[in-house]
Amino acid sequence: MSNLSRSQANVVRLVWMLVTVVLAVMAIFPLLYMLSIAFKGPTEVFKSNLIPTKPVLDNFVYVLTEVPFWRYLINTFVISAVVTVVALFFHTMAGYALARLKFPGREVVFLAMFSTFLVSLPVIIVPLFILVRSMGMLNSYAGLIIPAIFNAFGIFLLRQYYLSLPKELEEAAVIDGAGYWRIYTSVILPLSRPIIAALAILFFLANWNSFLWPLTVASDPNLWVVQVAIANFKSQYAASWNYTMAASTIVAVPMLVLFVIFQRQIMDSIKTSGLKG
Amino acid sequence: MTEITTTAAGGRPAAIRLTTKQREAIAGVLFVAPDAIGLMLFIGLPMLLALGISVFEVDGFGGFKFVGLANYSKMWVDPLFWSSLRVTAQFTVMLVPLLYVTGLGLALLVQRTSKFNTIMRSMFFAPQMVSLVVVALVWQLMVVDKLGVLTRFAASIGLGGISFLGDPNLALFTVTLAAVWFLMGFYMLIFLGGLQDIPKEYYEAARIDGASATQSFWFITLPLLRPTSFFVLLVSAVAAITGAQAFDLIYVMTRGGPANSTALLISYIYQQAFQYSAFGYAAALATLLVVLLMAVTVFFFLLTRGGRFDYE
Repeated sequence: MSNLSRSQANVVRLVWMLVTVVLAVMAIFPLLYMLSIAFKGPTEVFKSNLIPTKPVLDNFVYVLTEVPFWRYLINTFVISAVVTVVALFFHTMAGYALARLKFPGREVVFLAMFSTFLVSLPVIIVPLFILVRSMGMLNSYAGLIIPAIFNAFGIFLLRQYYLSLPKELEEAAVIDGAGYWRIYTSVILPLSRPIIAALAILFFLANWNSFLWPLTVASDPNLWVVQVAIANFKSQYAASWNYTMAASTIVAVPMLVLFVIFQRQIMDSIKTSGLKG
Repeated sequence: MTEITTTAAGGRPAAIRLTTKQREAIAGVLFVAPDAIGLMLFIGLPMLLALGISVFEVDGFGGFKFVGLANYSKMWVDPLFWSSLRVTAQFTVMLVPLLYVTGLGLALLVQRTSKFNTIMRSMFFAPQMVSLVVVALVWQLMVVDKLGVLTRFAASIGLGGISFLGDPNLALFTVTLAAVWFLMGFYMLIFLGGLQDIPKEYYEAARIDGASATQSFWFITLPLLRPTSFFVLLVSAVAAITGAQAFDLIYVMTRGGPANSTALLISYIYQQAFQYSAFGYAAALATLLVVLLMAVTVFFFLLTRGGRFDYE
């Protein structure tokens, strides 16, 4: 590089930027394509113009009125929100205890929890299904929600976070006569706001997008989540790509908006999770 | 040890007297209990159950019949099992290197901190926000025979009449491409984190010694990225083998077809369990999957020397 003159270096940099832009546009092209078809009338679907000549909202109207899509959206929202809140409540408690409290068997418990980290859902889906069925939770919100709460990833990140907090804060509370529950609610929880925010987004996102477990545990259409609904939607309207893409857009846009608002937190939390993994 | 009176949540004096140490232990156990019990019940227990169920034949009504190792010996003569194993191997062998190269490539491209690069990173990462079901639907639309945007692009460069999902030789490759597109932003971020951890002085020293950019990459970047590489290879291989990411894609895009060319082991397990109610056989297959995962973990551990590295 040192042999290159300044203008040559600028040219090189410009070329790299150009390459990056081209690749980035290719990366988001499928999403633009989805949006484009969602606004196209049925005759225009396979024309090559990316911007519809006469953009229409009919596809969205159809999906939201002719299909019980609101119901699926509400199901998904409620399930994702409940899982996120309950999981964060349990995980902050467990993370606090594992990082700050001494109790017999703590290391064993932590290792046992951590070892579940690599067990992904597909591996245990058959026995999990049988277990949940025997607990009478098939086709119920409980069956959709409860098994989704427990995940070692959040516990692990929270524990690491709590390990790094200064001891003095707790000691002051102890001197003031606070019990452990009090310390947890008035010292630990307020201090965890940034990491809770990041995890809340990740958990909500993961649950909004989850497919395999809801597909397996709830066959009742009243309990369908959006992901299961659009997968079935496609087989019903195989040729109507404009409807399918409108439905896909409705499912994808909330998460894309979330991303535009919280890009930094989302990307940072993933970066650190990789480093610590 | 000083004895102090515990106070319950409401501030009432409790009847039992405990030492601070005991109080801390009780609090610790209670705080951990919900998650510990939940993980045990919904992850630990199913893993044990899988082993247990695999020696039974389970009928559609939930009746169990002990069959010993019959489910395991059945695999040897099941051509669909072998085919699903081969498809899983092919998928893994394509996906892992492609993700490694695209993830690292993108990370190197946008690693310098600048406003421009921040925007580019977000664009590469954006697909991650969309569900795999949506990804599957959009890709399916893009590769529709004759009319899809990618099909027509292929025709324009002399690959007319190509059928991305209809051709058994091509379908798995198409699914892999969609998976790479979806996942590359995630691995880019992981690599960006790894690149940040490499001390800048190494590159400066190398430049003074007259090393080229290529040499810096081979002799500094790659060796010092070993912990990140370990993570990326392990996580992507585990994802590929368990079909954690691919299941949704395949379920929507191909349902395992054409001619079982995209039926991964996980798709086959799912089919056995939830279409044919062959839970015992499915559990045996899942047990095999766990054994495979362990083997792969050990392999990558050795390959990257446990992710450890030395600064000379």
